[in-house]
Amino acid sequence: MIECKDTIKVGIADMNIVKAPNVIRTSGLGSCVGVVVYDQSRELAGLAHVMLPDSSLTRSGSLNIAKYADTAIKELVSILMKNGARSYSLKAKIAGGAQMFQFTSGSDMMRIGPRNVEAVRKELADLHISIVAEDVGGNSGRTIEFNPKTCLLNIRTVNKGIKDL
Amino acid sequence: MDFIDKISSLHLDILKEIGNIGAGNAATALSQVLNKKIDMKVPDVRVVSFDEMMDMAGGAENVVAGVFLRIEGEAPGNMFFVLPLEQATSFIQVMIGDESFSFETTPYNEIGLSALQELGNILSGSYLSALSDFTNLSLYPSVPALSIDMFGAIISYGLIELSHVSDYAIVINTSLNEEEEKYKEYVEGHFFLLPDPDSFQTIFKSLGVSHND
Repeated sequence: MIECKDTIKVGIADMNIVKAPNVIRTSGLGSCVGVVVYDQSRELAGLAHVMLPDSSLTRSGSLNIAKYADTAIKELVSILMKNGARSYSLKAKIAGGAQMFQFTSGSDMMRIGPRNVEAVRKELADLHISIVAEDVGGNSGRTIEFNPKTCLLNIRTVNKGIKDL
Repeated sequence: MDFIDKISSLHLDILKEIGNIGAGNAATALSQVLNKKIDMKVPDVRVVSFDEMMDMAGGAENVVAGVFLRIEGEAPGNMFFVLPLEQATSFIQVMIGDESFSFETTPYNEIGLSALQELGNILSGSYLSALSDFTNLSLYPSVPALSIDMFGAIISYGLIELSHVSDYAIVINTSLNEEEEKYKEYVEGHFFLLPDPDSFQTIFKSLGVSHND
């Protein structure tokens, strides 16, 4: 049988899950963080494109849970469990959280990249999910693609080429 | 309630006129700097989701030259001047008088980058002073910051403030083009003006229109 490989695309402030042989991808991560949570033996993975660190910052009535580090990761884990993942075998890989523009004024909004990374790390620690690999910070945008079969996270950075984590 | 629900088509027309006046001035400035004819399109004002926003300049992964300015003052917001690399290269070559400049190799020529940053500064400055004259609001641009990177990574930075309140953005997008036919539709420069959520009310009020009409 010929396996048909699909790429599932995740937009900004969005999340989705993937089963082998398909792969999951999100493009143009700047200060946002791409969080991949996976269960290797089940060949199942989820990806969230997190935009903000904390859902308590919201000022709108409707809450998009995929937008915030705290709510997105909880939801992603619960979706993965519903699809057969086991909590003790979950691992994570993260990428993003860059500082795209350098400013002298160090206002909090300008530091959004590092704050997103901190929030993601804390949330994963609270859920006892270890971070196996990460490519965070810096000042370049990233496009990431995760293959649940090999559990490799492919990261493309402008002018710095492609690497697998 | 989502502030965007209160925006009517009259409001969008006003924002379109703002884009028209601002970018018209910027296009004149660009034309003077480069000594070339510059074409400007009728501004496009839309309420878009963040994902739709990515598609406005060739997709999230498309590599562009982006100049970002934070607008402070009575109507704070974010402003981007985004150029496709081909066009940025040709603008820089004209400005620094060096035909060999390119974005093909890193590190980029510092003088070239500085010229592009200055171009962004001049254009955004003329955009904003026109806007400020029209609305009678005081607006101060920050020092411009330049990034050569994926469009998604650049623009998402300007959406952070907005994303606290909404999943949609009101974007005032004006395209500029060199008059020569050598560029196709997808290679054109863009101005994106993204006022902060609270600024819309201020802008409409300054022009004598209530936000809640």
